[in-house]
Amino acid sequence: MIRAALLLLAFAGPAAARETIVAGLSENMVAITTNFTGSQILVYGAIRRDAPEPPGTLEVVVTVEGPSGAVTVRKKSRRWGIWMNTASATITRAPSFYAIASSGPMAQAMSATDNLRYQVTVPRAIRSVGVASAVADAPDFLDALIRLRTAEGRYIIDEGGVSVVQQTLFRADFSLPADLVEGDYRVRMFITRNGQVVDQHQEVIQVTKAGLERWINTLAQTQPLIYGLLALVLAVVAGWAASAAFSVRRR
Amino acid sequence: MQLYLPIAELSVNAFTLLGLGGIVGVLSGMFGVGGGFIITPLLFFIGIPPAVAVATGANLVVASSVSGLMAQVRRKAVDFRMGLVLLIGGLIGSGTGIVVFAMLSRLGQIDLFVQLCYVFFLGFIGLVMLRESLTSLWRARKPAGPIRRAHIHTWIHKLPLKIKFRASGLYVSVLPPLVVGAGVGFLSAVMGVGGGFIMVPAMIYMLGVPTKVVVGTSLIQIIVVSGFTTVAHAVTSQTVDMVLALLLIVGGVIGAQVGSRIGVMLKAEQLRVLLSLMVLAVGIRIGLDLVLTPVEPYSLAPGAIH
Repeated sequence: MIRAALLLLAFAGPAAARETIVAGLSENMVAITTNFTGSQILVYGAIRRDAPEPPGTLEVVVTVEGPSGAVTVRKKSRRWGIWMNTASATITRAPSFYAIASSGPMAQAMSATDNLRYQVTVPRAIRSVGVASAVADAPDFLDALIRLRTAEGRYIIDEGGVSVVQQTLFRADFSLPADLVEGDYRVRMFITRNGQVVDQHQEVIQVTKAGLERWINTLAQTQPLIYGLLALVLAVVAGWAASAAFSVRRR
Repeated sequence: MQLYLPIAELSVNAFTLLGLGGIVGVLSGMFGVGGGFIITPLLFFIGIPPAVAVATGANLVVASSVSGLMAQVRRKAVDFRMGLVLLIGGLIGSGTGIVVFAMLSRLGQIDLFVQLCYVFFLGFIGLVMLRESLTSLWRARKPAGPIRRAHIHTWIHKLPLKIKFRASGLYVSVLPPLVVGAGVGFLSAVMGVGGGFIMVPAMIYMLGVPTKVVVGTSLIQIIVVSGFTTVAHAVTSQTVDMVLALLLIVGGVIGAQVGSRIGVMLKAEQLRVLLSLMVLAVGIRIGLDLVLTPVEPYSLAPGAIH
């Protein structure tokens, strides 16, 4: 009975049952080591069809989203002739990294309603959780956050970054910057027909510090006193060794 | 060669850091200052978060000062008693500074406060030193000029709790060195500097300590206070980046030896003119940032306001 109902649902469902995503990632793990300079991620996939290709323009949108956290945005203004921080707003959750690639212009690839529903574009991904602080010009602070993070290369929009072959195969390349934050990076893929989302698929990339980086970071967080003393000993020994080495040379 | 810094969470060129450490080392070798007042703004400039730059700068100052102190001890140019008094004041000041630093960080005004401190102290000390060194340069050319008295008695000499500082040849109250030490300790914690550029003129002009023992004696205080600051920042805000510190230290240690060779070739007055011009230039540069309209009035900080 249940199986019959499920089967019915599957067939009765809208376009979802007709085109689905089969996808993969070039890497599921990114290890941040001492010589880490960023990482290339290849997102690839195929569109599986049970029936002949339906009408409408096919577009593919892929997003990569880093761990979110609260961000304080501060604004400087002139006071007593000096520029100082005079206003601030807290954005409760904003992704530390966000990249979007699409096969065509975003306005065409996804309708505004679906963009809102799936929180795809950058302003949607942040605004969906809103500004906590009741600041009069809150939108300015949000715009500033997006502008600053875009300038830092943390928010990337690459319209045309997804290439679709034969209306079936697609691939998108992402370069993750060197100053990555640790955590789970969510990769979402959407296929749309005339701007309507037909299917979506999700994968996760784990970004972790490894080796010496991990050891130092863990020590600094869990044993701050020992870490501080170790840094101190390092400095004293280096200073003493340098002085001793050069006085030997001078003799 | 790019290197990922675990605490600053960004990737920088290792040779850039070695070079920065080297520049600071040359300066400390030439002038006998820790070089913190140069390295912290330079670290801001290459994109290291201010909190990490301040804490890691303190760590670098420890290394370069230990190296400098060793050389001074060999020359017997250290007044340990004076060093101890300055130190007690320094620890009090440093503890206060860390509390103020944490408080201003929460208010979002730490950058402004640090910048104002830089502009004020660099400008003031730069001007005083420039004036003094130019006059003595001028006097050196005209040997017939009046000779300055070794001891000028002021209100400072009327304060109670006098003790003998044998190596410095002084008999003064412990209060002025305590206050000077506390002031330098406070600035060390807030600005990420050892305070050598404040301590050295303060000891010469305010306490009357002979120039010969000033550098070595101020280094004692600088080492301990910077060391204390390093550990305290590591404990309270986890902002000491060991990889960053190590690279800066290696560069600094090599630079210090080059700097001391250059220093031998120049006259003391010429050195002081150069140091004061450099101090002034850094001060003016930071001051302009405060006064000129910024390109981007907004800035981001992780975390929410409490």
